[in-house]
Amino acid sequence: MNIRKRSHHLTLTTIAATALLGFASAAFAAKTLVYCSEGSPEGFNPQYYTTGTTFDAVSVPMFNRLVEFETGTTNIVPGLAESYSASPDGLAYTFKLRKGVKFHSSAKFTPTRDFNADDVLFSFNRMMDPNHPFAKTQAGTTYAYFDDMDMKNIVERVEKVDPLTVRFVLKKPEAPFIANMAMDFASILSAEYAEKMKAAGNVETFDREPIGTGPFSFVSYQKDAVVRYKANDHYWGGRPKIDNLVFAITTDASVRYAKLKAGECHVMAFPKPADVALMKNDPAINLISQQGLNVGYIAFNVEKKPFDNKLVRQALNMAVNKKAILDAVFQGAGQPAKNPIPPTLWSYNDKVADYPYDAAKAKALLAQAGYPNGTEVELWYLPVTRPYNPDGKRMAELIQADWEKIGVKAKLITFEWGEYRKRSKTGEQHVMMFGWSGDNGDPDNFFVPLLGCSAVKGGGNVSRWCHKDFEDLVQKAKTVTKQAERAALYEKAQVIAHEEAPWIPIAHSVRFDPVRKEVIGYKMDATAHHYFDKVDLADKK
Amino acid sequence: MFTFLLKRLGLVLPTFLGITILVFSLIRLLPGDPVEALSGERGMTPERYQRLLHEFGLDRPLAVQYGEYVWKALHGDLGLSTITHEPVFHEFIARFPATIELSVCAMLLALLIGLPAGIIAAVKRNTVWDYSVMGASLTGFSMPIFWWGLLLILMFSVWLGWTPVSGRIAIEYDIAPVTGFMLIDSLLASDTGAFKSALSHLILPSIALGTIPLAVIARMTRSSMLEVLREDYVRTARAKGASTVRVIGIHALRNALIPVVTTAGLQVGTLLAGAILTETIFSWPGIGKWLVEAIGRRDYPAVQGGILLSATTIIVVNLVVDMLYGVINPRIRHT
Repeated sequence: MNIRKRSHHLTLTTIAATALLGFASAAFAAKTLVYCSEGSPEGFNPQYYTTGTTFDAVSVPMFNRLVEFETGTTNIVPGLAESYSASPDGLAYTFKLRKGVKFHSSAKFTPTRDFNADDVLFSFNRMMDPNHPFAKTQAGTTYAYFDDMDMKNIVERVEKVDPLTVRFVLKKPEAPFIANMAMDFASILSAEYAEKMKAAGNVETFDREPIGTGPFSFVSYQKDAVVRYKANDHYWGGRPKIDNLVFAITTDASVRYAKLKAGECHVMAFPKPADVALMKNDPAINLISQQGLNVGYIAFNVEKKPFDNKLVRQALNMAVNKKAILDAVFQGAGQPAKNPIPPTLWSYNDKVADYPYDAAKAKALLAQAGYPNGTEVELWYLPVTRPYNPDGKRMAELIQADWEKIGVKAKLITFEWGEYRKRSKTGEQHVMMFGWSGDNGDPDNFFVPLLGCSAVKGGGNVSRWCHKDFEDLVQKAKTVTKQAERAALYEKAQVIAHEEAPWIPIAHSVRFDPVRKEVIGYKMDATAHHYFDKVDLADKK
Repeated sequence: MFTFLLKRLGLVLPTFLGITILVFSLIRLLPGDPVEALSGERGMTPERYQRLLHEFGLDRPLAVQYGEYVWKALHGDLGLSTITHEPVFHEFIARFPATIELSVCAMLLALLIGLPAGIIAAVKRNTVWDYSVMGASLTGFSMPIFWWGLLLILMFSVWLGWTPVSGRIAIEYDIAPVTGFMLIDSLLASDTGAFKSALSHLILPSIALGTIPLAVIARMTRSSMLEVLREDYVRTARAKGASTVRVIGIHALRNALIPVVTTAGLQVGTLLAGAILTETIFSWPGIGKWLVEAIGRRDYPAVQGGILLSATTIIVVNLVVDMLYGVINPRIRHT
């Protein structure tokens, strides 16, 4: 066996080059991009799941939504709908559908018609109506993300106006609705495919062998190993430049990096923070970075003493040296936070001035609040690495040292991750480290689930802070459809959140996508998905 | 022989019961549950939590859950994975051949190198040969698989570029699974390139996984050989003028093999345990990697079913090993 020769191929990235070495079959005289993904998709129906890993493998390459996020931003752009309009009262959204969009074909299914309103009705009705014939095609599945985004309480019904027009009638004015429609769970499935598979008696095929309208169509999946796609020649957005897309499932981040170096993949997911410095100097790799749509924060449980006192919360804000945390924990791959939302999000209020790092002033505030000799607190820290916080323990130790300087003794506590989240919802926490990654680029998606009054009961609001003025503003912002008006409301809400200080916003992390030099036109996505429809591969000589 | 088999099978039943109880309770002792594992940073309303718990059947008393689990398992139904919603048995069977393929290769490597090394160490006792073999095997035995695997990747795949980093086969080969064994499937597809690729992908993980069994086998062979070499019949064989090769290869080795076979059989457990780490590092799509994921996400049915089926494999292999004694040494007869 000629191992040396084999590995040679692996470092060659274009199949044309592979063919020169006399290796490739005819089908492979094409451009194949290999992406080292971090895990296996849970399944192939985008409506059932909530993880980015599954979305990367399913909804991103193979499906479309009525509206979509422009790659790299959270701007809403047309998808399967060419345009949409909201009624003046904000209670109805009408979508004009794109004409001539073709669903994929497979060995088991050839579409007889183009995409139309029936597909939209089918996709949403099966999630909304438990009595829909396709509401439950597989045991144990739920429409988790649809439920999570509270769509049941937002959408009243979906109407077919004509074959290329649909209208969503809402139960209440809900401006973030349109951002929800760009999310993965809102992918449009083929009604015809579902009917045909049901008639043929293998309705599971509908979920397992996806048919979408997206830039790539499904070829095969070998469990835990490889997912294969091929370019959709009829893609309405223009055929992808690469011919084949392969996901090589590689769970260990160090091994993904090794594969990238060895040329076994072109793009890798989620590098280890510790490897980032090495990647920067690697001549074979372009390290692309983007501000994450996230926030890492420390939440005070305002239901507990001494955090019921605003002055204490402000004092503890002032006592924390954020710059030191960013250097030590984020190693520069982050930016200090002062608001609950990241600066990449519209309505970010840059006029809010962060609390200065000032131990003396903090101590004075603490005395004014009635704690001249300091106090003792319990600080819960994250037991796992999260996108918004690479090292919870290290961060907790730094904060502990900072607070010590103003006489506040922090006891560090943590639990197993599932337990940590479970307990956070009970309200037993004192001060707790947490964070959030945005779902859809609507500011509402930060303010309401993290600081809204209803989220105190739901458990997402771990500071259990329910402030009337703040709540009124963020609720009002839901009912206004003009973005400028909404932004003004959110800007005011940020001033209140700053003044009341239910959190210490710590940082917004920077994400990295390492790609090999021969990859052309790769753009990072704002919601941490990985898009390959516009990517090309250079011939490597 | 038949009564022996019956006796052994009689022991298997309580073993299985013990395993089910152990796995069932241990996984539930871990903090968190499958529903909690689904929720992430987002709060889940208590109503939805309860509804999902009910859907997974986890809101019933533990005894009822256990009873139902055992009853269904006896009927071959191991339940549905809470992550993929597919039958656990299918999930297991789809991945098991990959683990067997890797384990068999690792075991072959361990035997092919471990046996001769042990024999050499015993014959050349207290020489530099002996010390090297014993030193190397002690090092191999103490090597953490995770670290060893990454080291192998960095050395042979990244620096030298001799072997692929990870996976089962180069991505240009799309071999449809027939038997599930990549080496066999690529041959069935009569694609020599694919076969070579599959073989090259097996080298590093086999070394990583085979190192500990290799060390154990080498050491066991050495000590067993040393004992046998002291026996009278070996001296007699030498005295009657039999060649060294014959004395060692036929007279001594055959008798020395019994404990080695026992050890090798017990290594099946080590292999399956080691597969968990090896598969994770080498992105090997076997049951080890699958189980790690299942534990992390509290996929109770997958963990229970996966461990039960793995345990079955270990029990069966050890039973076969027990039967093999009689083949190697006709003096041992099971009655």
